[in-house]
Order: sequence, then C-alpha cells, then structure tokens
Amino acid sequence: MSKELLKGNVAIAEAAIRAGCQAYFGYPITPQTELLEHMARRMPQLGRVFLQAESEVAAINMVYGAACAGARVMTSSSGPGVSLMQEGLSYIACSQVPVVLIDIMRGGPGLGNIQPSQSDYNQLTKSAGHGDFHSIVLAPASVQEAINLTGLAFDLAEKYRTIAVVAGDGIIGQMMEPAELPPMRHPCPTRPAWALTGAEGRSKNIITSVFLGGANLEKVNDRLQAKLERIHTAETRYADFMTTDADILLVAFGTAARVAQTAVRQARQEGIRAGLLRPITLWPFPHMRLEQLSRQVEAILVVEMNAGQMVDDVRLAVGGLVPVDFLGHTGGVVPLPDEILDRLHGYTRRLWTPAPHPDDYDWLEPMAA
Amino acid sequence: MSEKLIERAVYQRPAALSDTPTHYCPGCGHGLIHKLIAEVIDELGLRGRTIAVAPVGCAVFLYNYFDLDSAEAAHGRAPAMATGLKRVQPDKVVFTYQGDGDLAAIGIAEAIWAASRGENITTFFVNNAIYGMTGGQMAPTSLPGQVTTSSPTGRDVKMTGMPIRIAELMAGLPGTAIDARCATYNIYTIKQAKKAIRTALQTQLAGAGFSLVEFLSACPTNWKMTPQEALLWVEQTMTDYYPLGIYKDTAP
Repeated sequence: MSKELLKGNVAIAEAAIRAGCQAYFGYPITPQTELLEHMARRMPQLGRVFLQAESEVAAINMVYGAACAGARVMTSSSGPGVSLMQEGLSYIACSQVPVVLIDIMRGGPGLGNIQPSQSDYNQLTKSAGHGDFHSIVLAPASVQEAINLTGLAFDLAEKYRTIAVVAGDGIIGQMMEPAELPPMRHPCPTRPAWALTGAEGRSKNIITSVFLGGANLEKVNDRLQAKLERIHTAETRYADFMTTDADILLVAFGTAARVAQTAVRQARQEGIRAGLLRPITLWPFPHMRLEQLSRQVEAILVVEMNAGQMVDDVRLAVGGLVPVDFLGHTGGVVPLPDEILDRLHGYTRRLWTPAPHPDDYDWLEPMAA
Repeated sequence: MSEKLIERAVYQRPAALSDTPTHYCPGCGHGLIHKLIAEVIDELGLRGRTIAVAPVGCAVFLYNYFDLDSAEAAHGRAPAMATGLKRVQPDKVVFTYQGDGDLAAIGIAEAIWAASRGENITTFFVNNAIYGMTGGQMAPTSLPGQVTTSSPTGRDVKMTGMPIRIAELMAGLPGTAIDARCATYNIYTIKQAKKAIRTALQTQLAGAGFSLVEFLSACPTNWKMTPQEALLWVEQTMTDYYPLGIYKDTAP
C-alpha cells in the first residue's frame, strides 16, 4: 500500500468497505453524496448490499434491520438527514445492535447551507434521539484520520454493540489529501449468536426496545449506562499539541483543530506559549485530560465551526479553574489562524502586561494642594 | 368385545406459535390471524428460517406469541427494517405484521417503497379501522361517520378525507406481486385468508417480489360492540367499502 490523493468522502467509503462493511443504506445529501456514490459503485462489485433508501428515516431503519441480522452495516448523511435518523438511532441504542453512521456536517439550523460546519456536535454527542444514551463520536481532522477512524468505528460498534459515529465537517468530506488505505478485511462469514437469522435448532432471538414496567426498563437502562461508563473509561481519545509548557490552551476538533494548530505554531514563533488539545472522541469527551491541563494553563480558548457547542463540555471539565472563551463562526464560515492569533495577543496583554489597578490613584496629590 | 382405541390429534397449537396466552381482548382478530400465519409457516416448514417484524400497535408484542426470531420496529418502519433484514440474508423469510395506523398513516412511505422496490418480503396488514392500542382514535381506514375518540361526532370526510384503501393502492405498484384483501368473520373467509397467507409466503420463497395480505379484522373493545356484533360489522359494513378479493396475482 502507498499514499494516494484521496477525497475525504471517497476515502471514508473505501475505508468502510475495507473494514468489511457488508451493507450500506443511505440517501443523497450534500456534502456527503460522493460517499454514497462510491458505495453504489463498489458494493455490488464485491457482492455486498447497496440500497438507496426513500428517506433518511427509511435508511436508518434498513440499517437497524441489517444490524439485527448481525451484518456489518453503515449509513451516511449530513445534519438535516441525521435529524431524521434520530428516531431510528434511539431504537438502535436501546436494542443494542452495532451500527456505524458517518455524518459530514454542514451549516444549520434548518436547511442551512452546504458549507462545512461543525453544527451537529450537540445532536451527536448529547443524545441523538429520545432517551438516555450516547453514541461513540469520532472526529477526524484529516483524510488519513477519517480512514483510520472509520475502521475503528466498526470495531468499537461491534465490541460494545453500540452506535459509532464518524463526525467530519464538510471540509473533511470534500478535500483531497494524500492518504493510505488499509488492506481489505473480508466480511465475517458467521453471524453473532444474538442475531436474527431464523431460529433453526435453537430458541428464538428477540430484538426489541419496548420494556413494560418501570423496573424492567430501568434494568435495561442500568445495563446501557454501565456500558457507556465502560466506553468512557476505555475509549476516550485525544491528541495534545505543544501542551507541555503551554500557558494558553486552545481546544478544537476536526478542521477547526487544523486551523488552531497553525495558530499555535505562529504564536510559538512570537514566543507565546500556546498549546492545543484536540478531542478525537467528542463522546466520550476527554474530561480528565482537560481537567489536568486546566491546572497548568492561564486561559482556554475553544475554537469551533459553530456557535460554541463544545464550550459547555470544556467548562464542565475545567470546573471554573480558568476562564474559558470561545472563537468560532456559524453558517459554514471557517475561522482563520490570524483571528485566533489576534485573540491570543489579547490574552498576552491581559494576562502578562501589568495593568493599572482600578484602586490605584495618587492619594498624596490632594494633600499637597 | 374389544375395541381398539385409536388416538389421533385433530388439533394442536402450531409449532410457530409459543405456548403463551395473548393480551388481546375477547373477540379481537389478532389471535386468529397469528394462528393462521403460524399454521402456514409450519406447513411450509419455514419456522427455522423465518423472521417476524412487529409493529407499534396492539401487535407490538407478537414476538411473545410467535416462536420465531423477531424484531420490534419503530412505528411504521417495519417494511424498512424488514428490507434491511432481508437484503443481508436473502435466503430467509421475512414478514412484517402491521396495523392500519402503523402501515397506512405513519408508515405509508416505507410500505409503498418496499412494494415499489419489489422487496421480497411479505406484509400482513390488519385493518380494524381504528387505533386499538391508544384507545380507539380515528385511523386512516376508519369509515365515514365512524365514531372514535378523536372523531367523537363521527368521521367527517369533509375534514379528514375518505378512508384509504391499501390493497387497491398497493395493486397499482409494479413491484407488488401478490395483493389480497381477506377477512376472518366466518369459516369461509378464514379459509380464504389462510390460502392468501400461503400464496404470499410461497411468492416470497419464489423470490417474485412484494406480497401483501390485508385482513379486515374486528376490534369489539374500541368499536364498543360485542364480539358477535363486531364480526357482523366487518361482514356487513366494512366489506362494502373494502371489498374482499385478490387485487393482484403475478406470482409464478
């Protein structure tokens, strides 16, 4: 294998195929359509399932059905489509079947636009549907990382029988970068014991999300919460960039983290000790690492391509130890390194230039008069 | 004089049904329709390769009554879920079992599209002209003037339009291979219904496309009738608007 120039959407689709994805169900939506188109071409060639659904509502329920049969299955969409999938995602979460969702985010709310954005942070990380659950949410910052995290998403989804989301913004989906695809992993020929394959020679399997009686449903929820706790402990992922001696910490994910990284480099050239924490899992969020760093830095600046959806998570982690500010744009506008640098200059003035104290006046002067 | 006593089972519970009392009301059609489906599954020897998809509605717990691998779908989404189940294992038999609210209201897009694709699944559609589980609201198939809890002065078709005829609608789609409307109000219609179930499942086995069997079924509780009155209402009133018959048969 060697590096080739790959478009994010195509790279993710091919990575899913090489991760042994057996079935894809989806609905066209910009900016993820090339992903569906690649699946349309490749999956039938390999004797696997591709089906264009009549809506995202149908697509996620087809995925739900295929997952109940124990197949490696995925769908992909963007914000408006993911909103429609929330019903299905809630059922999938309660039924505890493994599903992979790729969300190539665009500007919202409403139909919004098709510019790159990170506007689905809340709907993906908080609870993508009714009830108490979280999906694992992986946020790549490059085409290569999108490839790697897509393979990981399938493995995590199956390991924990949960929903794993790869959340890329429109830039990750649309840009071309040199990247290397993994070798082909062939689909697993057998189906798990819990799958609905016909009850030949065994008692029936039932996959359901309805549990009447408070105690029954609470037991299901307790199991679900215990699983989420295990995921939180074992699967939190993040990347540090120049944080060892940092006084100011930037927190950013995906494309915003690429921009923030450039700003950190520029700041370092000016002698400003900036660093960057990049959450790779948006859920589970790297609370512990952030809590550690908040004891070291003087200020935190969150950079996002939305109105500050991650800020609450950052504030929860730092617990008021340091000020947490936000810089970002909505509507598909991408922040620039210069804006971030300007903000960092503001910090250096505020934090390290001695300002006149408001109570400081020359009290001797009136006496002299 | 010695007489040889020969014991012969004249009736037994089909193997595809569990030995579980149902939660259905007295006079409800679901129990009988479950049994007919289970009998055909037994007779065709399909128990070990059949997967049922339950709806939201009174039949939500059908997996307690069928002894089959089963999934419980979101409201109206059973045909999409069945599509996923079937596409990744085309050698299995997959059926949905849906009521009128589930199929004809919230899930009509998924039903029409499964039929339109010629999805090789079977849909059993139980039409009792009312929302049973939520306590008797107007269904898309409630008859003009029918009193329900959400049409307390009778269904006003000027406001809500005329009831939807699913068997006729599905017959117009090229992907539909088998389409029949049956009932279960007397021995004759019960036998016809069983025949339609058999044809539908055989059509799926032949890979010939989408099959739909609609059942006109009684809901004495929400119709506020005795079971006997309810069966008469199916026979005399419902069949007027919903004629029984085979609407499409392109099976090989």
